[in-house]
Amino acid sequence: MSSVTLNKTLDASTPVSKALDIKKSLIEALVAGLLALIVFGPVVGVVLDGYSFNWHPTRVAGMTAIVMVGRLALSLFTQTASGAALIARFKGGDGGVHVLAPDYKSRLLWIIPALIVIAIVFPVFANKYLLTVVILGLIYVLLGLGLNIVVGLAGLLDLGYVGFYAIGAYGLALGYQYLGLGFWSALPLCAIAAGLAGCLLGFPVLRMHGDYLAIVTLGFGEIIRLILNNWLSFTGGPNGLPVPAPTFMGLEFGRKAKEGGVPVHEFLGTAYNPDLKFIFIYAVLFLVVLGVLYIKNRLTRMPMGRAWEALREDEIACRSMGLNHVLVKLSAFTIGASTAGLAGVFFASYQGFVNPSSFTFFESALILAIVVLGGMGSTVGVVIAAFVLTVAPELLRSFAEYRVLLFGVLMVLMMIWRPRGLIRISRIGVQPRKGVAP
Amino acid sequence: MDGIFLQQMVNGLTLGSVYGLIAIGYTMVYGIIGMINFAHGEVYMVSAYLAAIGLAVLSFFGVESFSFLILGTLIFTIIVTGVYGLVIERIAYKPLRNSTRLAPLISAIGMSLILQNYVQLSQGARQQGVPTLLEGSLRFTVGSGFVQLTYTKLFILAAAFVGMAALTYLIQYTTLGRMCRAVQQDRKMASILGINTDRIISSVFIIGAAMAALAGVLITMNYGTFDFYAGFIIGIKAFTAAVLGGIGSLPGAMLGGLILGVAESQFAGMVNSDYKDVFSFSLLVLILIFRPQGLLGRPHVTKV
Repeated sequence: MSSVTLNKTLDASTPVSKALDIKKSLIEALVAGLLALIVFGPVVGVVLDGYSFNWHPTRVAGMTAIVMVGRLALSLFTQTASGAALIARFKGGDGGVHVLAPDYKSRLLWIIPALIVIAIVFPVFANKYLLTVVILGLIYVLLGLGLNIVVGLAGLLDLGYVGFYAIGAYGLALGYQYLGLGFWSALPLCAIAAGLAGCLLGFPVLRMHGDYLAIVTLGFGEIIRLILNNWLSFTGGPNGLPVPAPTFMGLEFGRKAKEGGVPVHEFLGTAYNPDLKFIFIYAVLFLVVLGVLYIKNRLTRMPMGRAWEALREDEIACRSMGLNHVLVKLSAFTIGASTAGLAGVFFASYQGFVNPSSFTFFESALILAIVVLGGMGSTVGVVIAAFVLTVAPELLRSFAEYRVLLFGVLMVLMMIWRPRGLIRISRIGVQPRKGVAP
Repeated sequence: MDGIFLQQMVNGLTLGSVYGLIAIGYTMVYGIIGMINFAHGEVYMVSAYLAAIGLAVLSFFGVESFSFLILGTLIFTIIVTGVYGLVIERIAYKPLRNSTRLAPLISAIGMSLILQNYVQLSQGARQQGVPTLLEGSLRFTVGSGFVQLTYTKLFILAAAFVGMAALTYLIQYTTLGRMCRAVQQDRKMASILGINTDRIISSVFIIGAAMAALAGVLITMNYGTFDFYAGFIIGIKAFTAAVLGGIGSLPGAMLGGLILGVAESQFAGMVNSDYKDVFSFSLLVLILIFRPQGLLGRPHVTKV
């Protein structure tokens, strides 16, 4: 008995000599196929058509076959040496932060100026379509960075993040409608308003248990959307509201100026260019993103940023050390919310109008997918993920209807495979100077 | 006591008993592994589709009588939805049992996106419906108005009551129920005493899915229409019911469902039916702020 167990442990540690257990794999594949048949059979195979239905047996057979073959391949692969090594890597490779040597200098530092140069030159060569796609990408970078502070750094799952985004967008639209605010006055005001809303929501909510927070924020996001949708006389309901084009030093971007203003192209003495509005939004947005990146980079090194991460890793330890957990969480929540407010203003003026259907729960899930894919707390990862998740659907138009499915699969797989994201956070270590008393 | 009040009371109790059935899935899963099964609303949505499919297939094979039709649909829906519960747990939650706290929650959100899009892709985005199965109603004159109690609503109340009674029996008096309660109280100790905790967790997911399936059949009978997005709102409301009653407590889920259903219907009847969802969500936020342990739950204590 004991020798058998010993043999087994030996086998596990040296999997090279192990024979494949084909029978076990076949049984696993059969079970998977049976489950797939029950799961896919009715929903995929019987498509409702009014009160009757149409049969689609071939689709079910195809999907079941794919599941069986996939399960068989997976089962066989995990029994081989490389498969076992891969599983071991999955189980082991989940450290928190990767610490680099104190004198580490990144060889990729030249990329930042290169990217900035590309970003400056870009609008000269881009057409309007490309420009709008990149603007959308940058808006999601902003959203991803904001949510990354809340979810990635502070570890608070916020599922109603889109509510703050809506406050920013509607702040500009309503401010224009009722108070005559323009783009420039709305930009700081909406950031402050969204931050205040975050603060107001956060103050009572942040004392509670983590999962409850997710649901409360989800409820908050839905409340905002439902109010925007139902308060016809104030917000225009599902029809939405118009948003003014931004102005630059009092110059307007329209073909004809309104109420005695001067259009930019007349001021410069050039022909009317409808892309100019988007180039302007792009330029301001790019500067704001750079600013937020810088602020975030500084914040993570400040005591507040350190406190966020410490709280994420172990709340009880932090509170025992005397950190005021409500204040620390509240600061993360407020800063994250005000970033979403900024993004909302840009989104509204980029689109030219706002309506509630832009602020559904799916949008929150998309921003969350950006943070999850990019790596909880990693700035570079979030920027890349935001562009991949917003630009890729534009390029793959033919797969548009599978987009949500793909996001879902991505989120589940990432959680199983790399819960901390594709790009690991690395930080340069600190070494005390010699000759200084510790 | 006028007619409208009593009518909304009846509507609220019917709706609430169904919320209670779905809330059971949230509360049992939360009790046993301490996570919010975000995809549970989607499980209900799938079961609504399955109920319509079951009805359509049974009528296609010439089943006419109401009792056979509803019995066949119920059995079919409960079994298939149970398998859905099992498969979801195996794919999205089981590999994450020892992961970070946020991981299963995010995975559950991913799962709910997958289910929504999967149903949309395979069944189409349009609204689906089922024919009315039970015609007729009882009418009572109250004061100047009247209260109408359709046979469908009576059937829903009865079926929900039977479902909850069966679940109570299962949890209180069977071996499986005793094992579930043991795992809920102390998972490590239960596994030391020889309970296969993985299997119990799977069966809790199956039981939750089965209750959601019952709810799916009943709501589909009552409203007649549904779409692939139906699970989201009902899911949050059922979660509100679970929290209201005290998450982790089975009688709490049922009580919370009834209270929420009645409160929502009265709000829709007395104040404004456009804002009834806002009312429910605000109720959720307020409960979580002021009484997170709910009506029948125990306060959450963190131990080091």
